[in-house]
Amino acid sequence: MKRANKFDALSILLEYGILLVLLFLIVIFSFLSGNFLSVNTLVTILKQISITGITSIGMCYVILTGGIDLSVGSIAAVTAVSAAIFMQNGWSGIPSVLAALCLAVLFGMVNGFSVTKLHMPALIATLGTQTALRGVAYIVTGGLPVHGFSDSFGNFAKASVLGIPYMVILMVCVFAGGKFLLEKTTTGRYIYGVGGNEESSRLSGVNVTQIKLFVYMFAGFLSGIAGLVLLSRTNSGQPSAADRYEMDAITAVVLGGVSLSGGEGKINQVMIGVVLMGVLSTGMIMCGVDDYWQRLVKGVVLILAVAFTEFSIKIRNKRMDKR
Amino acid sequence: MVDAILKVDHLSKYFAHVKALDDITFDVKRGEIHALCGENGAGKSTFIKLLTGAHEPTKGKITFDGNEYDRLNPKLAMDLGISVIYQEFSLIPYLTVAENIFFGREIQKFGVRNIKKMEKMAQELCDEMGIEVNVNTRVRDLGIAYQQIVEIMKAVSRNAKFIIMDEPTAPLTLNETDIFFNIVKNMRKKGVTIIFISHRLEEVFELCDRVTVFCDGKYMITKEVKDVTKKQLIAYMVGRELTEDYPTANGKAGEVCLEVRGITNARVRDASFVLRRGEIVGIGGLVGAGRTELARVLYGADRYLSGTMILNGKPYSPKSPKDALRRGIGLIPEDRKQQGLVLGFSVENNTAYSSLEKLSRGIVIQDGKMAELAEEYIESLRIKTPDKDQPVKTLSGGNQQKVVIARILATKCDILIFDEPTRGIDVGAKQEIYSLMASLAEQGKSIIMISSEMPELIGMSDRMLVMNNGKIVGELSKEEVTQEGILEMASAEEAGQTI
Repeated sequence: MKRANKFDALSILLEYGILLVLLFLIVIFSFLSGNFLSVNTLVTILKQISITGITSIGMCYVILTGGIDLSVGSIAAVTAVSAAIFMQNGWSGIPSVLAALCLAVLFGMVNGFSVTKLHMPALIATLGTQTALRGVAYIVTGGLPVHGFSDSFGNFAKASVLGIPYMVILMVCVFAGGKFLLEKTTTGRYIYGVGGNEESSRLSGVNVTQIKLFVYMFAGFLSGIAGLVLLSRTNSGQPSAADRYEMDAITAVVLGGVSLSGGEGKINQVMIGVVLMGVLSTGMIMCGVDDYWQRLVKGVVLILAVAFTEFSIKIRNKRMDKR
Repeated sequence: MVDAILKVDHLSKYFAHVKALDDITFDVKRGEIHALCGENGAGKSTFIKLLTGAHEPTKGKITFDGNEYDRLNPKLAMDLGISVIYQEFSLIPYLTVAENIFFGREIQKFGVRNIKKMEKMAQELCDEMGIEVNVNTRVRDLGIAYQQIVEIMKAVSRNAKFIIMDEPTAPLTLNETDIFFNIVKNMRKKGVTIIFISHRLEEVFELCDRVTVFCDGKYMITKEVKDVTKKQLIAYMVGRELTEDYPTANGKAGEVCLEVRGITNARVRDASFVLRRGEIVGIGGLVGAGRTELARVLYGADRYLSGTMILNGKPYSPKSPKDALRRGIGLIPEDRKQQGLVLGFSVENNTAYSSLEKLSRGIVIQDGKMAELAEEYIESLRIKTPDKDQPVKTLSGGNQQKVVIARILATKCDILIFDEPTRGIDVGAKQEIYSLMASLAEQGKSIIMISSEMPELIGMSDRMLVMNNGKIVGELSKEEVTQEGILEMASAEEAGQTI
């Protein structure tokens, strides 16, 4: 029975519909822009998604527990400018990066603390940190980009092995690690469990607070990494950097079929969502769609993605009942 | 010809290859209380879903009130006056009784809810049905029995003339059940037809006029209740004779393993008792007497304000269920769907959920060990599932309960607290759970059993504590126990005032 169901058309459409949308987008953009299908574009998209990919993995963890994190963009920005300032003040690369990442984890911990100990809705708690941290980024930089740190830092974003940029390799590593943690470890099982049923999880002996704290810290950490990659890429610490990254990350995660109520979804699919978002962003830029329209399109995509995901989960559950 | 309000003809529902309901033909008379019996998986739920229009029949016809239908839909079913009261309530806890009754079709005046009018109508409804409840009370402040009753009032106020009650008494205590039955009988007088589903066969005999039995999706028989015995009914339900005897554990109560002294919190007052190795201690009392709350304190799920506990000679003060499990105390909670299982998980994941750390190297789960554990318990507890990867939400109630028990057993606990272990599960699975509890006690495990079903509590317990209003008001040995004795203690009024 199980096998028979797997191959019927609707299931396939629900499961892989996102791939079709992706193909469709690629075809459309190739028609609209002559040089869309080129190695250059591919590299641009890959670089683009290596940053959103990293934040999306953190976001995926948070959403799987039934939470959300709106502060990823702001955390990325603060991490980037702090690292830039540390380096500007004569620290060498590695301590600056580590110190900045510690800050990122700390911010994630603040989110986690608000959600678990103060029982704040994640949406509000992280909306608060989103705004506050963006403020911090402007305050510490005085609103100006931070320049004048070692050029070698920028080399990371330029470097590649066999034509594959380092940052893409980094993203693949983060993905592999994120997938392993989620699918093969106790922590991963608890993340799904907490999102699926928090009370049952607690009564099953799961330390729910610890798991939730972890996912927000992990999301903070990955936002920090994303911020640093971005810093390397632009070679200047912009307080306005990584604006609306949470939007792309949430959309990618939901496109990947993760339910906003938690407990359901696969990280592989999320990566397809990430690619789709990358193709969409880059494609729109190449076709000269202006920023206002990009916002409109991205907003609509998010809404459609949520609607589609919740719909397909409903269908899947219905089918499961019938079995 | 009798006046049948409902007739089903060769009604069938197939899901892929599974015949959930196969060629059912029978009728329900207007104004009778008609019991529907069968083990879990017998097709009762599917049958309800066909009547409420949630599913479409594969074959067959439904005749309701003289009109023939190939299928119903939810709107049509509601218009016809068919209403279902489920085990899980659909009430909104923060709204009052009156607001709940009229929820979704509020009476309006100039576009604004007319609360006065709704309250008045709700009050009239109460009076009419002989229910004593303040319609301004918020539902969350009501006991479960009254919540159940509000559900029924909701149905009645929609002019339901055909009400299906799915295990309505499962969460109720004996006293509450009596109140509830009176109301149901009142409704029969008013000409409402009721289909009553319960796993407690005593209730079928007490309340119902006729009874229909399903077994494995097939129609077995419809009888006047007075023409059938309990033994016969069970035989129809399971297709074999089943004894209602409770297994006796041959284990001897050993040394004391848990001593509880003066445990007090908001819902439990000065509770003291001891638990010995290898014995089954029952805790009786009404719902809300503090039994579950006491269990939750022992399990570290709730905090306590004062008192001490000694476990195996060492002080014990659990901060969380995790603590309790580590020290060898496990709880099988009363509500398996909300508290016992992660419904989206597979049987395997649920079974292993409390012992993941033991099944891992570092934090990496060893898939082989986990699979082995799941297979072991599927076999030893005879969990009916296609395989270990089956989502647990697709299993029947009894099998879900076995998965919860498997999860706790897998932690190798020495003290097991069963809170309403047989609620809403079928006769066969109940027997299996009883035998399991007895054999666990024989192996030297200690069991605390909470149940609102007196016969099973008396049948299973070596010793019984009775709680009333948060206090342990008495202890009875197996020889002293009688149903009346427990009830008397459990419902005595003074207990509330003594502290």
